[in-house]
Amino acid sequence: MAAGHAHVLYREVDSPVHRLPPEVKIAAMVAFTIAVVATPREALWAFGAYALLVVAVAVLARVNARWLLLRSTIELPFVVFAVALPFLGVGERVDVAGLSLSVDGLYGAWNIVAKGTLGVWASLLLAASTTTRDLIVGLDRLRCPQILTQIATFMLRYLDVLVGEARRMRVARISRGDDPRFVWQLRGFAAGVGALFLRAFERGERVYLAMLSRGYTGRMPAVWQGAGAATTGQWLVAATVPVLAGAVAATAVVLT
Amino acid sequence: MQPTAPSLEVRGVRYAYPDGHVALHGVDLTVARGERVALLGPNGAGKTTLVLHLNGILTPTEGGIVVGGLAVSSDRARLAEIRRRVGIVFQDPDDQLFLPTVAEDVAFGPANLGLRGAELAARVDEALAAVGMSEHRDRTPHHLSFGQRRRVAVATVLAMRPEILVLDEPSSNLDPAARRELAGILRDLPVTLLMVTHDLPYAFELCDRSVILDGGRIVADGPTPELLGDEELLARHRLELPYLFRPTPGPTPVRE
Ligand SMILES: Nc1ncnc2c1ncn2[C@@H]1O[C@H](COP(=O)(O)OP(=O)(O)OP(=O)(O)O)[C@@H](O)[C@H]1O
Ligand SMILES: [Mg+2]
Repeated sequence: MAAGHAHVLYREVDSPVHRLPPEVKIAAMVAFTIAVVATPREALWAFGAYALLVVAVAVLARVNARWLLLRSTIELPFVVFAVALPFLGVGERVDVAGLSLSVDGLYGAWNIVAKGTLGVWASLLLAASTTTRDLIVGLDRLRCPQILTQIATFMLRYLDVLVGEARRMRVARISRGDDPRFVWQLRGFAAGVGALFLRAFERGERVYLAMLSRGYTGRMPAVWQGAGAATTGQWLVAATVPVLAGAVAATAVVLT
Repeated sequence: MQPTAPSLEVRGVRYAYPDGHVALHGVDLTVARGERVALLGPNGAGKTTLVLHLNGILTPTEGGIVVGGLAVSSDRARLAEIRRRVGIVFQDPDDQLFLPTVAEDVAFGPANLGLRGAELAARVDEALAAVGMSEHRDRTPHHLSFGQRRRVAVATVLAMRPEILVLDEPSSNLDPAARRELAGILRDLPVTLLMVTHDLPYAFELCDRSVILDGGRIVADGPTPELLGDEELLARHRLELPYLFRPTPGPTPVRE
């Protein structure tokens, strides 16, 4: 169980990305995602350019491809949905390997998979390089409404709890002779999901109560707010990623 | 605040959970300053529910609570002061510790109270010294052993200089050595203590007075050796002394 700042996605290494103040990284991640989402789906080359940007940041943050790809399985349900689209879509059709596919559906699928993957990657890179405490502080510094800060913090905490509990429940299931092969695992997992969410919710609740009991009022105390707020230089450094992405998006819009 | 006011006064507290389940049926309890009281009772007796009332996290359906002469109310400033006075150490230290280092976590409470700089640092040092964790101040809480984490959890609350220290099952999940170390620490703390526990020898060792809560009512209140000597009373409320343990009133157990 991860107690403390190291939520499940955090990678404890030192890198230039880790050292950037959190508010700068959060802003860059959001701006990058907006640029990606605004890109017309027909501009295939633009998505290649975004992927290169993600790779560059990942290298800088010392996050390896394996880690990134494994964690991206979060979006698996959306991929499954996307795969179905070309078969279900209507309108103009193309033949691929003897299958008649809807062109619109193909683009729709691509749209979901490409944009979803890039968005997930950007969020994963932010999470990998920022502790829970820094995420809270960063959102506070961006004058994010308290309620959003709290929701974000709780989502991270629930994620921790969910992963920890899921692991324990899996061990308990296997110990009782459940066959841990993929499909069966899913069945056992589905049965446990309700209990899992309930437990995660209860723990999140207890953590929050413990914070309240120590005088938490919804904002991190100013001790952590003040120190190390981003300098103009750091804003400029971090801005390179969304600025490049913005340029790509603008070009793509103009060209299509 | 008069210096003679009791640390804690619970007056006729009744509480029904939102689902209608009545967990407390009129509880009265007074704890004088400097007193050490064990709160005993079977599972589901309402002990945790009562603890959550003490700092205004739950609001009684009927009755009221006074801490050091100050009535608990939902007023914001009042609540902040009550939460400073009542230090609750929750059962699971993982619910309580969430910052990157031990020292930062201990600073969280006093920082919420508005302490800064040297004053804040002094509070942190003092609290860590009290639980013998000074040399671990820069470590990550989740790298510590369970017993050490529980000691840090106690420090996070001590740093707020509470009027009354409330511990929910402090000896649970500790190995015998950690259990003994924590007892040594708690015995030497110069604070009023309310300790929720199922561990009767622990109550005997640390608290002169015990209270039994069962079915949401206080059913016994008296000197610990007397209560623990009454086998019939204990059996009626699903409490049991460990095999071969006999509470003998007399010299307190060996000090460390
Ligand atoms: N959120 C809730 N909603 C409804 N009922 C609850 C809730 N929390 C606790 N209860 C009920 O209130 C009663 C008292 O619970 P409480 O947690 O205070 O017991 P406890 O004395 O702390 O027990 P334990 O020794 O197991 O910790 C129990 O019957 C419990 O089922
Ligand atoms: Mg309890």
